[in-house]
This record gives sequence, structure tokens and C-alpha cells, in this order.
Amino acid sequence: MSSAVLPNAPAAREVPADEAFADLERRGRWLRNPSVVIGGGIVALVVLSAIVSIFWTPYDPLAVNPAHALAAPSWAHWLGTDEYGRDEFSRLMASSQIALFVGALSVLIATAIGIPAGLLAAAREGAISQVVLRVTDILYGFPALLAAVVLAAAFGASKMTVVLAIGIAYIPVFIRVTRSNALVVLNSEYVLAARAYGRRTFSILRRHVVPNIATTIIAQMSLLFSLAILAEAALDFLGLGTVAPTASWGTMLASSQDYLGSDALLTLWPSLAIVACVLGFSLLGDGISELREARRRS
Amino acid sequence: MSADESQPSPHRLPPRGEARGRLASSLRGAVSALLPLARRLATMVVALFGASVLVFVVLNVLPGSPAQVILGTQATPAAVRQLTAQLGLNKPLVSQYFDWMGGLVHGNFGISYISHQSIGGQIGQALTVTGPLVLFALLIGLIIGLPLGLAGALRNGRVSGSFIGAMSQLGMAVPSVVAGLLLIVVLTVKLHVFPTSGFPGWSDPWQALRALVLPSFSLGMVEGAIMSRYVRASILEQLRSDYLRTARSKGLRVGQALRRHGFRNAAIPLVTVVGLELASLVVGAIVVENVFSLPGLGLLLLDSVNNRDLITVQDIAMLVATTVLVLNLLVDLSYRLLDPRLKGTA
Repeated sequence: MSSAVLPNAPAAREVPADEAFADLERRGRWLRNPSVVIGGGIVALVVLSAIVSIFWTPYDPLAVNPAHALAAPSWAHWLGTDEYGRDEFSRLMASSQIALFVGALSVLIATAIGIPAGLLAAAREGAISQVVLRVTDILYGFPALLAAVVLAAAFGASKMTVVLAIGIAYIPVFIRVTRSNALVVLNSEYVLAARAYGRRTFSILRRHVVPNIATTIIAQMSLLFSLAILAEAALDFLGLGTVAPTASWGTMLASSQDYLGSDALLTLWPSLAIVACVLGFSLLGDGISELREARRRS
Repeated sequence: MSADESQPSPHRLPPRGEARGRLASSLRGAVSALLPLARRLATMVVALFGASVLVFVVLNVLPGSPAQVILGTQATPAAVRQLTAQLGLNKPLVSQYFDWMGGLVHGNFGISYISHQSIGGQIGQALTVTGPLVLFALLIGLIIGLPLGLAGALRNGRVSGSFIGAMSQLGMAVPSVVAGLLLIVVLTVKLHVFPTSGFPGWSDPWQALRALVLPSFSLGMVEGAIMSRYVRASILEQLRSDYLRTARSKGLRVGQALRRHGFRNAAIPLVTVVGLELASLVVGAIVVENVFSLPGLGLLLLDSVNNRDLITVQDIAMLVATTVLVLNLLVDLSYRLLDPRLKGTA
């Protein structure tokens, strides 16, 4: 690595031609994968709408206007208005903030606890690994929805109980994925070589395990993000999460229930938003794992 | 259940066909087969205990007094104290926990503070709705998922295969709430084919089944989409395997080779998926019952949350968690039962 070992090593900036082509090829593969392109596009759109909605929406998503209640789509209100005359498009935009907030924070909780615990269980066989696995067993008994119901019963429903419930429910998933992938790396011959070389476990985890399992974990994060958005919508619909009048796709669905016969568009818009957003994140996750598989096979 | 725990290890198969010590070897075989089973059961009991402590602590840690909730804000402190003692809530938490657990183990779910009814009776009543709902949904999921997945695997790499893949990807993104509401809009409001909501009871089985059709489809279609992806992956794996290539080189056609050899092997991971899907259907039923106002476990649970009927919440949460954990266990065990290569592995 240093010039003392390799006196004739080329200067760092000079990249051999075939390596540069490999780099281009790699980038091309990302852009040619339809899952990554479509999924990434949808995700970018949702993120953009969430950011824009912080500063600007066509109307105030909470502004009530009884004179224009249940208006059909028009130039003034692109997607029409709801039963209080609130602009549907503005409410959809504002809702994307909540979906992304809940998704990001719950995945963050799950990874912040799940990944270190999974690495620990992989690196330290024996008592520590057993404790981690038994806790995993317990948490598997509480899917996001059930955890959210229990937390809402104890602490009252709010956005934060939803975040906490989804985050806790996905901890065991990350423990399992991290541990089983880390074990594969830890049992490889180059790790054995690194050990023989005198590397400590922590340094092996940092230098070999984490970089090797990163893509798998990122793909898993994207998939769980999509599941978190599904769960959040369901919980808001049940009245266990975001509380009216705050706009969220789930609460919009819940209040549209009374107008299924007269104004089905009120159900359609949030439905489309949820499906598109979930599809975006799950496609992105799938695409990342496909590319990872392709690279592993080549 | 995870891949790393279930590596087949040919070295640990018990020795066969030795005349000498056959009894001893079969005994050893039995012990080595039962030991992992016993260990798995023990971890299950530990997990159930942990889950019950978790539920109990979360629902009892708050300072609010159930007696105050029942009597309302106008109650005199003396009345609240008396009711607290009557409900056994002045005992230490640990003994309250064991009262609750002891009841559950004996099938006694207790009495609701709010409705003053037996919670066990209410749960039993609710299960006559939730049980059939979950089973119908699973059936629909299988009817959609198996053929779709098989077709997806056989058409892999062609346009029709990609189309099937895209459809199942789309299906997975549809929450059951959305599926349910859209089904109501199309089939009930516009076409008047099915009742919107509610449940007439099993005294009229025909009407009861009619009321369950839309809820079962909203749950089952989504599960079918998920299932088809697992079926596709599982069959693709068999199609690419060496033994199937051998079977085809003997002159069998793809369908024949799959029927004779492929399906048996493809079925093993699918049993896992069916078990795990069943667990997610039980949880999914909570949502769908609330879309269609079906008086099942989910509606009871949500009503209890809204009425702050904490002991009912506690019971149902424990029941659902137990169901999920038991299904996980069954999946794990059936895996060993179906795949002789895993016999005796821990």
C-alpha cells in the first residue's frame, strides 16, 4: 500500500484503462436496471414533494372552506376538495412529509439497534449471542401493528408511538439479516488470514464485515421503509397514529370512508399515493439486491 | 429458521445398516432427533414468558388508575380506593402479573372492567369471525399465488414473465385497507353485489359467507402477490438445479421433471412462507375487520383500546403474540420434518 513496499507503484491518480471501463460499466448497470430507475424515480418524487410541501403547497392543507366542500377536480383544485373544502392535492403533499418521517425514523431505530446487535451476535458466540437471539425471538411475537396497538393503549396514539412500534418490530429483522450475513464473512478464508495476521475482532468487523454486508443491509432498509409506510398508513387509518386534522394518507383514507358512495375520488387519491410510494421503495430495494446478486455471480 | 442455523450437514447423519448395535444407534438417532426439538420448545417457552412480561409491563407501567377510569372523574377517592382493592389492583405488580398469567394458563381471561363481561367469552365469539376470515384469505392467497408464481418461473426471461413479476410487485404495494375500500367502491356501491359491512352471524351461514367474501379478498389478494414471489423464486431455484438438468437430459419435459422431482423440493421453503403468511394474516385481519366492521378479534381489540379496557387489550395482545410465536415454531419444526437432510441438526 505504501511506496516503501511497492517502490514502482504508479501514481494514485493514474487509473488503468480497463479499470475505468469497469467503473463506467458499473454505473451503466445501475442505470440500466429498471427497478432501480423506476423505484429511485418515485422515491425522488416523494422526497421532492415532501421538501417542497414544507415551504409551499397550493393551499393550506388545514384551511377549511365549507363553500367548496367535496368539489370535483378543477383548475383551482387539481384533485378536488374533501368534506371540509380542504384542497386534496395540498393534503397529499403534506402527508408525504409524515410518511417519510415515520419511515425514516423507524428504520433508523431498527438499524441503530439491530445492526450492532446482529454484529455482536455474529462475532461473540456463546452467552452474548444466545441472549441476543432470545430477545429476537420475543420481538418476533410483536409485528408492527400489534406493537402499535399495545403502545397506543398504554401511552395514547400519536405519530411517535407509530414510529416506536414499527422501529421495534423491525429490530429482529435487522438482527437476523446482519448476523447471518456477517457469519458468512466471518467464516471466510480472508478473515481467517486477517486473524492470523493479528487483527482484532472489532477491526475485522469494521474493515471486512461491514463493507461486505453494506449493500444487503441497504437493500433491506429500502424494503423495510416500504413496509413502514404500509404500516403507518394502516395505523393512521385505524386512528392509532397521526390524529386528525393533520393530513396523512391513512387519516385521509379513514375520513373518505363516509363518502365511498358519493365521492370515491377521495379514496382514490391517498390510495394511489400510498401504492406509488410503497412501490418506489420496494422496487429500489429489489433493484439494489438484484445488482448485488449480479455482481456476486460475475 | 434462518439460513445459517439450518445448513444440512451430511456428516451428522446417524450411521445406517450396521448389524452391530443397531438398537443403540437408533436410540442415539432418536435422542439426536429429539434434543433439538426439546431445545426449540424451551426457547419457545422463554420467548412466551418474555413476551408476556413485555405486554404486562407496558400496559401497567402508567400511573393512571383503572378504577378512576371506570368510575369517571366525579368519583370520590374512597370509592376509587374500594374498587381498586376489589379489582386486586392494590397488590404488588409482580403478584398481579402472576394472577393474570395463572388465569391465562388455565384458560381464564378475566372479566372486563368496562363491559363487565367474560373476556374469554368475547374472544371466543370474535374468533368465530376472525378464524374463518383468516382461513379464507389464506386459501385465496394460495389460489392466486401458486399458479401465478409457477407461471412466473416457467416464463422467466420472457415478456409474459416480466409482466407477472410486475403485477405481483404492484400487488404487494397495495395495503389491505386500500384493497378493501376499492372493492367496496366497485362491488358494493356501484354493483350492489356484496353487503358493505357488518356481520349477520352464523345462524344464516349463506349471508355470513357473503359478508366474509370482500374482507377475505382484500386480505388474500395481497398475500397472493407476496406468495407468488416466493413460489417463483423457489421453483426457479429447482429449475436451475443439477438434478433437474439430469432429469431433463433423461428425456423428461419441464413439466414432467417438475412434477416428479421439482415440486417436492420447492415445497419445503413454501411451507415456511405459508406459516409466516398465516401469522401476518392474523395481524392483517385486525385492519380489515375495521374496514368492514366485522365483529372479530381486531374490532374487539380496537374497541378495547378506545375504551381504555386495558385488561382486554392485554389478553388479546398476548393471544396474537402467542399465535405468531407458535406459528414460527411450527414452521421451524415442519421444516425439519419435511427435509430429512436436516434431521438432528440444531
